[in-house]
Amino acid sequence: MKILVCISKTPDTTAKIAFVDNNTKFAADGVQWIINPYDEWYALVRAIELKEKDPATVIHLVNVGGADTEPIIRKALALGGDEAIRVNFDSQDSFSIASQIAAIAKDGAYDLILTGKETLDFNGASIGGMLAELLDIPFISLATKLDLNGTIATVSREIEGGEEVAEAALPLVVSCQKGMAEQRIPNMKGIMGARTKPLKVVEPVAADPLTAIVGFELPPAKAGVKLVSADQPEELVRLLHEEAKLF
Amino acid sequence: MSVLIYIDQAEGQIKKSSFEAASYGARLAEQTSTQAEAVVVGNSSADLSMLGKYGIKKVHHVNNEMLNHFDAQTYTRVIGQVTEACQATVVVLSNNVNGKAIAPGLSARLKAGLVAGAVSLPDTSNGFVVKKGVFSGKAFANVNVLSPIKIIGLTPNAFSPVAGEGTAEVVAFNASIDAPRVKHLATNKVQGQIPLSEAELVISGGRGLKGSENWGMIEELAGLIGAATACSRAVADAHWRPHHEHVGQTGGSIAPNLYFAVGISGAIQHLAGVNRSKVIVVINKDPEAPFFKAADYGIVGDAFEVMPKVIDAVKKLKGA
Ligand SMILES: Cc1cc2nc3c(=O)[nH]c(=O)nc-3n(C[C@H](O)[C@H](O)[C@H](O)COP(=O)(O)OP(=O)(O)OC[C@H]3O[C@@H](n4cnc5c(N)ncnc54)[C@H](O)[C@@H]3O)c2cc1C
Ligand SMILES: Nc1ncnc2c1ncn2[C@@H]1O[C@H](COP(=O)(O)O)[C@@H](O)[C@H]1O
Repeated sequence: MKILVCISKTPDTTAKIAFVDNNTKFAADGVQWIINPYDEWYALVRAIELKEKDPATVIHLVNVGGADTEPIIRKALALGGDEAIRVNFDSQDSFSIASQIAAIAKDGAYDLILTGKETLDFNGASIGGMLAELLDIPFISLATKLDLNGTIATVSREIEGGEEVAEAALPLVVSCQKGMAEQRIPNMKGIMGARTKPLKVVEPVAADPLTAIVGFELPPAKAGVKLVSADQPEELVRLLHEEAKLF
Repeated sequence: MSVLIYIDQAEGQIKKSSFEAASYGARLAEQTSTQAEAVVVGNSSADLSMLGKYGIKKVHHVNNEMLNHFDAQTYTRVIGQVTEACQATVVVLSNNVNGKAIAPGLSARLKAGLVAGAVSLPDTSNGFVVKKGVFSGKAFANVNVLSPIKIIGLTPNAFSPVAGEGTAEVVAFNASIDAPRVKHLATNKVQGQIPLSEAELVISGGRGLKGSENWGMIEELAGLIGAATACSRAVADAHWRPHHEHVGQTGGSIAPNLYFAVGISGAIQHLAGVNRSKVIVVINKDPEAPFFKAADYGIVGDAFEVMPKVIDAVKKLKGA
């Protein structure tokens, strides 16, 4: 069993969101970067759990990014995973990122490719679906559960107001979210071991972007909260009914 | 040339978010002087001609028993064929669970740039620039789509559907379909609840409510006004509420008309999932709770005293 886990980096969830260069670039100065939580907590940890059940499993990590992503990749290796591949390519266009991962996936002949549900900075939720189409294999999105029985995967996916259960023969691309696994913290042995695990850097394949970000904006500031006295909750209900017309 | 809108269904019924997508697509067609057409995949018990009310001129219905269960790959290929047949230059889908499963594959297949999470109509004055949410609701990006065909995933509840007059022509579309490689086993729905992602009104509770046994007042208020219920991650982690109710940066991301938060501090990761809500109401006993900064209305007070009075007032209002 060969699993490929797609790892991306994202600003720490408490980072201040601001933009520079005439609002065309994220203000990255002083920002702490973390592994995108969906990739770490769900996709990677589930892959590690599957390897714990079947030790013959091999886990590869892939990241498309610049050299500044390497600390994140090492942290992911410390959690688990056997080796990592970084495609030396910096892009904000989902299609060109997916094309890079597809090239790696074709070479590696993986049985299972896991992504996070979405990146917390770009919120595309797109890479997994693109990858599946580029590789001509099925895609199950927003999965909350994934089990393997030989080469058959059983997957639960979120739908409005519930879940759907399906099965598919491998290979398969699955995007992972909460429910899939529990967050883990790397231990000392993992951290030490990660230093010597292979981290291969490869050059990108040609892929023209389909989109380009022309600028960012911050949401308009709120007018400020209208406070109602705790003795008069009926006034709040009146405001919601008459002023905000909500019910 | 046309704008093609994918109409998503659940159990043969059109989802509310698809009416939003239809309206959005029809407005875009008007803006670009083309025609709005729609594609419906699989069995439907809805009267599809009524999509005309939302500005759709023609509905392509691809009905085949292999399509009765949603499968991303199969649906993507069918919609790809319809896109080509009606020479659509823009495809609009709701950025809901199924939209997120289909749109990326369609993008890769048609080499069509995708803007997932669009919040307004494209600006076509200089290129094709669509505004989308980024940084989990904390900012927006304006994305220019460079390819001849463009795909837009519309954020649910970001565009109000406008119903007028009109009847759409419904035509059967014969697609070439390969048997789905994913086999549907079961659909498990939480009974009797409004799905959070579709809800216009949401009542949510945090750790301030002290325990699952105190959720009666959240559920009662939700029941009175027809709202869905949600919670903070701390609450889901403590197993006071099921995980699907957890909203925030690592939970569901929602944009209802009302988000009514009781005993939730308003941590930045929580806000990320709810700050696109149109009206935010906060009840918290701590006047310094960060949530008040993001709120439109608030009460500084003990939820256990305030909520019963709120419920009484709503009951009076509804009874009157
Ligand atoms: C990477 C990361 C991702 C995260 N993702 C999410 C996420 O997706 N969603 C999320 O919610 N959190 C998330 N968190 C956790 C988040 O930081 C907070 O810890 C969490 O939101 C706190 O939940 P809470 O507000 O319910 O609890 P608390 O922080 O304990 O707040 C309880 C609030 O209730 C008030 N209160 C207490 N008693 C009463 C009373 N009787 N009446 C009225 N008010 C009362 C208190 O004043 C307080 O403000 C994430 C954290 C990290 C690090
Ligand atoms: N640059 C990247 N390198 C590797 N994997 C990525 C990258 N960007 C996104 N992914 C993966 O694709 C998922 C969805 O990302 P997105 O479509 O950008 O929201 C993420 O959770 C990652 O698993």
